[in-house]
Amino acid sequence: MPKDIISTQIQAIEDVNNIFQIPPSTARILLQFFGWDKERLVERYYDGDQDRLFEEAHIINPHKLPRQDSNTEHKEMTCEICYVDYPRKDMTGLPCNHRFCRHCWVSYLQSKIMDEGTGEKITCPAHQCPIVADEVTISHLLQGHPEIQARYEFFVAKAFVQGNKLVKWCPAPGCENAVRVNTVEARPVKCKCGHAWCFGCQQPTHEPVHCPTLKAWLKKCADDSETANWISANTKECPRCKTTIEKNGGCNHITCRSLNCKYEFCWSCLGAWEPHGASWYNCSRFDEKDSMQARDQHSRSRVSLERYLHYYNRYHNHEQSQKFEQQLFAKVDKKMEEFQQRGMSWIEVQFLKKAVEVLCLCRQTLKYTYVFGFYLRKNNQAVIFEDNQKDLEMAVETLSQYLEQDMDSATGSASSSSSSSSSSSSSSSSSAATTAQATSNPTVLADIKQRVLDKSQYCESRRKVLLDHVQDGYEQGVWEFDAAGN
Amino acid sequence: MAGRFTRRLQKELLDLQRSPPTGVKLEDNTTRLDQWRIHLTGADGSLYAGEHFVLRFRFGNNYPMEAPEVVFEGPNIPMHGHIYSNGHICLNVLYNEWSPALSVQSICLSLLSMLSSSPEKSWPPDNDTYVRRAIASPKQTSWAFHDDTV
Ligand SMILES: [Zn+2]
Ligand SMILES: [Zn+2]
Ligand SMILES: [Zn+2]
Ligand SMILES: [Zn+2]
Ligand SMILES: [Zn+2]
Ligand SMILES: [Zn+2]
Repeated sequence: MPKDIISTQIQAIEDVNNIFQIPPSTARILLQFFGWDKERLVERYYDGDQDRLFEEAHIINPHKLPRQDSNTEHKEMTCEICYVDYPRKDMTGLPCNHRFCRHCWVSYLQSKIMDEGTGEKITCPAHQCPIVADEVTISHLLQGHPEIQARYEFFVAKAFVQGNKLVKWCPAPGCENAVRVNTVEARPVKCKCGHAWCFGCQQPTHEPVHCPTLKAWLKKCADDSETANWISANTKECPRCKTTIEKNGGCNHITCRSLNCKYEFCWSCLGAWEPHGASWYNCSRFDEKDSMQARDQHSRSRVSLERYLHYYNRYHNHEQSQKFEQQLFAKVDKKMEEFQQRGMSWIEVQFLKKAVEVLCLCRQTLKYTYVFGFYLRKNNQAVIFEDNQKDLEMAVETLSQYLEQDMDSATGSASSSSSSSSSSSSSSSSSAATTAQATSNPTVLADIKQRVLDKSQYCESRRKVLLDHVQDGYEQGVWEFDAAGN
Repeated sequence: MAGRFTRRLQKELLDLQRSPPTGVKLEDNTTRLDQWRIHLTGADGSLYAGEHFVLRFRFGNNYPMEAPEVVFEGPNIPMHGHIYSNGHICLNVLYNEWSPALSVQSICLSLLSMLSSSPEKSWPPDNDTYVRRAIASPKQTSWAFHDDTV
């Protein structure tokens, strides 16, 4: 990527050269001075005082360079840094004409770049000389010092990124790449390191929410985390008998512990459990009538906190699941090996990896749909959005179940028997394990594959439907947001 | 210090011994190359005329790419708006305006001219707080230079 950055710079420099006919090194310093805004530079160059422009940018006007006297070039002069005499022609310097020996230049650049960590605006070593060393001169002097040169190039790239609105650093820890775009607005980008992030706010890709909404949400989460934790960690009253109930574990299905009551309700919406069905993830009944009535008995502030927690828990659930993505990839890698030992080709088993990628992507999107939903005012389109969200949520949970559990039961105690069957890829007569008989049957594998493929394609299509619907809504202005999330 | 720069320092030392500028004198028994003491005499016609001061120079491995550490030492610290009573000196060429083309001599001359141009003898206004908090080396202080003219 530093290479791409440099080629972008070279293009800008060439453009300026073609207009002004000045050396590339001068063009670079001028561009840097104007934050790589070519238009502003051209404007300033043509209207007004060019001498002042060069002075402000700390360079010598290339059209007014001092003449070199060739007669004195063989005379000796003393380097003012090491106090050694050299023929004048062996000394070197910037257009200000202060000259030093090459050894001292390298020591000076090394000290600036490696010790002080500066790359741009390295000035002439002479006392109080403001003239800035250009990249061409520096690169030339650093020939034969690849380590310093590499560091210098990094600083040059960094300065370019900082001074340029169309280029941003990848926020992944340890990644030194930058991403370049053609227009400044926020959009999802993907770095070569694999990290997907938002060019607008440098958070991980957060469709379908927009940057300001996400920012408000993250701030709310940070502000409310203490209260929210307190409430989550503490008890609730049974909506029917007011007995204090503790939440045990992650399930939202709560049974009142009072022997006289035993009312079953949903922890999240406080509605009766019955219409929720059998799956915890099916709770999108938060705004249903009976749930609302149940909650009416709670104070208003408590309700809004509950509402927040409802969305926060969903959001947080997906965030937690994302943390296990690496483990899931590792697990699926192992499965892919197994499947290959059981007769599938390398190409044929790639569907598994792809399915995990789809799962991760959908989880990421789902996570942010809860941010979107939290601020969204109820209207007809919002109902459709919630349906889409519910569909995607269910599809994702099913796919997740295929990948995390069903695969194990389908291949049986596969991981323990794989070593014995690894010698042969055909259906093995020597293997006594009954599970191996089932899984070495190619139709079983093909069946698993088909199921995973179908479900991951379904997830992908549901994700697209949801995102397209939200995007259309943005474009047609149908979404109304409540900044307080009420 | 790289060999070339050790030679430079030796040359500087020799130069100061042989032909020191007016008001600048290297201590006679200078044996270490990395630490010198230099005696300054206030210039005639200045508030410090005839007064003696002792400067301590310490040269790090990175000299002359990095400035030497320079402080006034001993019982007589010049009372000056840019010199603290603990001997620390607020002079930009000793810190961020240092250039490897400067030298021990040029520092001494800057200090003498700084003394000569002083209109009054007084400590810096923040002397008490600075001296109470100051770390051993002035190079660790982040200096906000009051002005560059004095
Ligand atoms: Zn030299
Ligand atoms: Zn210069
Ligand atoms: Zn990256
Ligand atoms: Zn963003
Ligand atoms: Zn109850
Ligand atoms: Zn519920």
